[in-house]
Amino acid sequence: MPSVTLSLNQRAALLSIVMLVVGLLIWEAAIPAQKAATELTEYERLMGLGEARAGVPPPSQVIAKAWEQLSNPFYDAGPNDKGIGIQIGYSIYRVLSGYLMAALVAIPLGFLIGMSPVAYKALNPFIQVLRPISPLAWMPLALFIIQDSEASAIFVIFICSIWPMLINTAFGVAGVRADWVNVARTHELGAFRTAFTVILPAAAPTIITGMRISIGIAWLVIVAAEMLVGGTGIGYYVWNEWNNLDLTSVIFSILMIGVVGMMLDSAFGLLQRTVAYVE
Amino acid sequence: MSKPYLSIERLTQQFPDGQGGTMTVFENASFGIEKGEFVCILGHSGCGKSTIMNILAGLAEPTSGVVKMDGFGVSGPSLDRGVVFQNYSLLPWLSALKNVIFGVKARYPKWSRARVEEHARQYLAMVGLEGDVVHRKPSQLSGGMRQRVSIARAFANHPKLLLLDEPFGALDALTRGTIQDELLKIWGGTEQTVFMITHDIDEAILLADRILLMTNGPFARVAESVEITIPRPRDRTSIIEHPNYYAIRNHLVQFLGKRSKELSGKPSEGQDQRPETVRIDLTAKEDSQPDPDSDGAPRRLRAVND
Ligand SMILES: Nc1ncnc2c1ncn2[C@@H]1O[C@H](COP(=O)(O)OP(=O)(O)O)[C@@H](O)[C@H]1O
Ligand SMILES: [Mg+2]
Repeated sequence: MPSVTLSLNQRAALLSIVMLVVGLLIWEAAIPAQKAATELTEYERLMGLGEARAGVPPPSQVIAKAWEQLSNPFYDAGPNDKGIGIQIGYSIYRVLSGYLMAALVAIPLGFLIGMSPVAYKALNPFIQVLRPISPLAWMPLALFIIQDSEASAIFVIFICSIWPMLINTAFGVAGVRADWVNVARTHELGAFRTAFTVILPAAAPTIITGMRISIGIAWLVIVAAEMLVGGTGIGYYVWNEWNNLDLTSVIFSILMIGVVGMMLDSAFGLLQRTVAYVE
Repeated sequence: MSKPYLSIERLTQQFPDGQGGTMTVFENASFGIEKGEFVCILGHSGCGKSTIMNILAGLAEPTSGVVKMDGFGVSGPSLDRGVVFQNYSLLPWLSALKNVIFGVKARYPKWSRARVEEHARQYLAMVGLEGDVVHRKPSQLSGGMRQRVSIARAFANHPKLLLLDEPFGALDALTRGTIQDELLKIWGGTEQTVFMITHDIDEAILLADRILLMTNGPFARVAESVEITIPRPRDRTSIIEHPNYYAIRNHLVQFLGKRSKELSGKPSEGQDQRPETVRIDLTAKEDSQPDPDSDGAPRRLRAVND
């Protein structure tokens, strides 16, 4: 038999597939096809979980569900029955609106803090106190002041995405080499041209890293926020399917949350590579 | 008496010494540079060469004293004074070509894109960078190539005064030699006034019209101004055969080895600290006074640039 040499990536991909298949097989095998009612535990009987769907579904069922959902992701059959595509769309819309508002505040403010030691010292205590607050802790206050659950969810995204962007922008801007700023000075560049042609590109990798951390946090938080405010969105969808005791849908939507999060992250990963430079 | 083109008058720089007092780097330093002159400044590390250069560039403010160029006081950086820093002066996210374009665009904002690029390429070609290599980022260039790009960027802007802070300090001897030749070639074709810091004696003799010698700090002085009495064009192989070469070199070595220490640490007591002019010329012996030291010891003419 000829020996086949595979590249590192090929071997890793092969290993990933093997792990996936083995994992799914173990999962499939661990779940009996159908539990007889006599085998139900006391707890299950008390909770009225007699039906077959009450158990954790096997992967085959989840895959079937995924096929069904993904072949028609945008159907809309009333408030409690919308396609997964619509739900994810709502979540992404909220994440992006809160996130963009945060970027509009955090990046200019971060620039200011990074360039001015006085601004840094003056704002630092506020940042240090506000930053560790769990974003969901703002929810009651937001609901009371804004009086709108949709806007409150967006506000929570805003507040949680602002910190990594603010801190990284300030850090990146403050860390720009004095030599590069001197190059701008000896070329008589004004403040705006210096900011855009020297400081921004110099600090861009740090700023984008902050933006990438922020989008990750925002996507974590939106699921929890939507469970609280309800109505639409992937977080609401998970909670709603749990209330329906449709664990197959719950597992499927959990996987979708992971996939969307990964896509958001890799978009920023791509952006990060385009602004990266080697000193 | 007319003022020199670049005139440094009673320049004093003090820094906090970190223990609540002040440390005087230099005091009342005064000297001049003529238009089109190539002047090197030699001195031990830490004596204040970069401090002087940053003041000339307008990047730093002296504690007291003024710098005048063409009769006008210098304040703040200007495109008329180009700077080549020892390190990191290229923007690492831009290619070599874009780095030069960055400078040209700042200097000639009204030029068309095509003209700016053409001009930038022309100066890169002068330092031997042509073809695909101009599209590389600084990190993909060797140290020598990077410094060539910096020099191209500085010359492309036609500054009235070019300031170079140990531009070849980090390069190996061979690369250093090639770039020195290129620098001489470009400079030869211009009316450029150059002020260059170096710690390499041979480099200074090869390049300079005049070498300023600085004593050690604190209270450093620009103690001597040594004329390089070797005609141009010079090249590194034939220059060593010139009768003045070793005499000048010995004088510089003597200064850096001994007198830079002996002369250091003395406050100026309010006096202008002007360098003494030193002219060593063994070829002109016959038409001068009999020289007591026939072994080429320096003959001193005082106060030529007072
Ligand atoms: N910003 C500063 N603050 C305090 N001391 C400084 C500063 N810049 C330079 N010095 C001191 O001034 C002296 C001269 O420095 P520098 O001009 O860099 O020397 P050189 O370039 O001749 O090696 C050194 O003793 C250095 O420590
Ligand atoms: Mg220095």
